[in-house]
Amino acid sequence: MAAVTTTTTVRPVRRRFSWGRAAGWTAMGLIVLITLLPFYWILRTALSTNAGLSADPTNPLPVDLTTSGFERALGMQSAEEAVSQGGAGGGLDFWRYLLNSVLVSTLITGCQIFFSAMAAYAFSRLRWRGRDKVFGLFLAGMMVPAIFTLLPNFVLIKQLHLIDTLLGIALPTMFMTPFAVFFLRQFFMNIPKEVEEAALLDGAGKIKIFFRVVLPMASTPIITLAVLTYITSWNDYFWPLMVSYSDSSRVLTVALAVFRAQTPATGVDWSGLMAATLIAALPMLVLFACFARRIVSSIGFTGIK
Amino acid sequence: MTIASSSPPSRLPTGGAAEAPSRTRTRQGVSGEDRGDGRLAALFITPALLGFLVFLLWPTLRGIYLSFTRFNLLTPAEWVGLDNYVRMVNDPIFWDSLWVTVEYVVINIGVQTVAALAIAVLLQRLTQSSMLRGIVLTPYLMSNVVAGLVWLWILDTQLGIGNEIISGLGVDRIPFLADETWAIPTIALINVWRHVGYTALLLFAGLQAIPNDMYEAARVDGASEWRMFWRITMPLLRPVLAVVLIMTVIGSFQVFDTVAVTTAGGPANATNVLQFYIYGSAFGRFQFGYASAMSVALLVVLSAITILQYRLTRAGRTDLG
Repeated sequence: MAAVTTTTTVRPVRRRFSWGRAAGWTAMGLIVLITLLPFYWILRTALSTNAGLSADPTNPLPVDLTTSGFERALGMQSAEEAVSQGGAGGGLDFWRYLLNSVLVSTLITGCQIFFSAMAAYAFSRLRWRGRDKVFGLFLAGMMVPAIFTLLPNFVLIKQLHLIDTLLGIALPTMFMTPFAVFFLRQFFMNIPKEVEEAALLDGAGKIKIFFRVVLPMASTPIITLAVLTYITSWNDYFWPLMVSYSDSSRVLTVALAVFRAQTPATGVDWSGLMAATLIAALPMLVLFACFARRIVSSIGFTGIK
Repeated sequence: MTIASSSPPSRLPTGGAAEAPSRTRTRQGVSGEDRGDGRLAALFITPALLGFLVFLLWPTLRGIYLSFTRFNLLTPAEWVGLDNYVRMVNDPIFWDSLWVTVEYVVINIGVQTVAALAIAVLLQRLTQSSMLRGIVLTPYLMSNVVAGLVWLWILDTQLGIGNEIISGLGVDRIPFLADETWAIPTIALINVWRHVGYTALLLFAGLQAIPNDMYEAARVDGASEWRMFWRITMPLLRPVLAVVLIMTVIGSFQVFDTVAVTTAGGPANATNVLQFYIYGSAFGRFQFGYASAMSVALLVVLSAITILQYRLTRAGRTDLG
């Protein structure tokens, strides 16, 4: 299976030295620096001790190299030990939150992409009465800012007694987003009719065509969409903040804010906080690194142009 | 089975952002052997439709309904007509938080758009490196919470490296997130850091549509890069820019996360953005009705912006030729 994203081939710009180009590269270098330095600073801080951080705040390297920040974030230190090292000793367990985040994001991504793909298939390759009207309704749904539905959805989740559960966090975005349906429909419509007809002649039913022809052919956009959905649900803060109250459903973003709120009297536990931040951020960096080329080249517009 | 797939340019989700009007074709002509697939379609559409009705349409209607009620989550909602709206109009904190939000949006979008445009043009004119594009996108992979915490640390008045550098230069330390005048610009810039790369890549995709020949021809005529930017890039990018601008403005109005983790609305309500005030009304004071009314107000503002953008985009589209 060859799934290659084609981007417009661009002739190389003439490479000759000019002050303009040099200035351009300098600006680019500066941008890369501003983009990446905070990441280094997270790492540097996470590997320092809190005492070291206050004694030597400008040291570009970790001060008193240690992993105690990570131990604190992962709940591997006793409360006394944590307090003595500038932690809150509140007993946060980031393994737990990591697991919760993985569960919620996986549940949302898996279900949302699959159900959206089914709907997109019905909207693009099946013929039925009222199809365009229903699709128009979905499109109109895209106009409602996500944030507007949060409050009423919270009331609904409460009525369903799903407050403080992982399912409660996942439910509202588990079935579809209008964007995912719209996005996948665009790709499904571009699959040549001949391919489908050939499969029909071979005796395949439409369900089989969906699984054996349409889904594999659209694997590239599906993977792109899945990665982005995963990142979005992983990074979501507002909705889980409303729904989760205890460890049982706390995800990483909410846990980070709790960690920050538990500031000990001696000052913020920056080392532990940055270690926790790194734990929350790293999985997405790794995920992105695996799919970076695909994602980067697929950012563009289907709607306009 | 060999499958070759070439994917048309796609577009990233932006969390409830408005969609550009798309030229979607629905195939009208039904060929002979095509029968209706009613039953199968019902099967395929059911999960998504259920989700749409239960978690999008119903909450939207309910949100509007709740704005006309007094509702504290414990007792049933009680119809109060326009009371919440009257209260809203007379609530100085509401107007204040709307103003703070607008201030945030103006700084955030102003800086972000200029920076994103600069990055996109630099990427286009200097290099096609997808590695560089990947790097530019990395902050976008972080949650707002992570971005907020990192910059909270960097800008910390006592120990943050940002303030260490500032004091090293002989200037007084700046309490970026603890000062009434600095807090909103700081939060706006933190969110620029997180979103600028993504916006730049959207614009970059728009730039890719401009034929390289145009630049070649202009160069032959002796045009400078500066002139080419204003005469070629800007006019041809305008429709894309309009759509991106509106998407980002709508996203920007919904700012919450960064405020929640860095300043929690303070100091003295200086960063009490609308969404934060709404959250506080609902979950702090259990005034779900009033919170809903303010949400509706935000919805109206955002819808107005969306409609405005459709007008602008349509007007701009002819430019692409």
